[in-house]
Amino acid sequence: MPHDSHEHAPIEADGPQGYYQHLAAATRSLLIEKGVFGAGDMRAMIERIDERSPAFGARIVARAWTDAAFKERLLAHGKKTMKEEMDIDPVVADIVVVENTADVHNVVVCTLCSCYPVFILGRPPDWYKSYAYRSRTVRDPRGVLREFGTEIDPGREVRVHDSTADMRYLVLPMRPEGTEGWPEEKLAGIVTRDTMVGAAEVQGSVQNRYCE
Amino acid sequence: MSAPPIRPRFGPGDAVTVSARFPTGRRHLRTPFYIRGKTGEVERVCGAYRNPEELAFGAYDGARLPLYRVRFDQAHVWDDYAGNPADTIDIEIYETWLEPAGGPTHGGDDSDAA
Repeated sequence: MPHDSHEHAPIEADGPQGYYQHLAAATRSLLIEKGVFGAGDMRAMIERIDERSPAFGARIVARAWTDAAFKERLLAHGKKTMKEEMDIDPVVADIVVVENTADVHNVVVCTLCSCYPVFILGRPPDWYKSYAYRSRTVRDPRGVLREFGTEIDPGREVRVHDSTADMRYLVLPMRPEGTEGWPEEKLAGIVTRDTMVGAAEVQGSVQNRYCE
Repeated sequence: MSAPPIRPRFGPGDAVTVSARFPTGRRHLRTPFYIRGKTGEVERVCGAYRNPEELAFGAYDGARLPLYRVRFDQAHVWDDYAGNPADTIDIEIYETWLEPAGGPTHGGDDSDAA
């Protein structure tokens, strides 16, 4: 659709506020009124979260693909390694990095709510928060992955991670063939959000990411 | 100030069973229903964290609890699991919800503590 057409109606009013919007607004007002934080602190935190994106996680994955010693430290101590060696602070208690191999494919879900490593992947996609993804991924992971176009070989183990508590997860996808000798920046360019949640596998070609 | 060291009751490789208790009322439980009563193996000890069941109601001064990642066989968790029999699921579970495998699966006296 050409960008100069404006066929949608202009937004003239916000929709009616629901229960949780009222609750959130009331809680925010109380916290500010009681001096727990200021309105500017709240704005700055939202801005800080919105500045994060899958590009942060992709840099971590690309480093792990090219530096075996880094990968070993990352798998053992996720948060400490990305914070101290890449200056990427995931903010949460810890990041468990799980590695995809020829034998195991990892996929992450939060059945209880929608826990997600926002400081290394940005805000979660809508499907990650959906009831269908959360309830079905634990009991039929292969079926869910198939709907994402991700067919896991029957001989490979599928390992689901239900993110129920204080840890957050990063899937370290497999490095595709044909990327030997690529510099870290180019490798980071093929690592997408869904591959770091385990919904997809990394494709070896950069062109695949763009439509014509 | 120094808190007493947390000594985890379980270690990697230990077989554990998730308490099959179903407290009702105003609760904040981080142990999914589908895993209660199931037996798995400790994958790692994640450290010690505040109890979400207290934290959710504003109690920030409670003792910290060991948190584990426990690995379960999918074929054990779901009677009708259709995938590879080797498929697994890892779940984070706080120590108060775990028993040594083979022991009683009910939480006992503390199961209804407020």
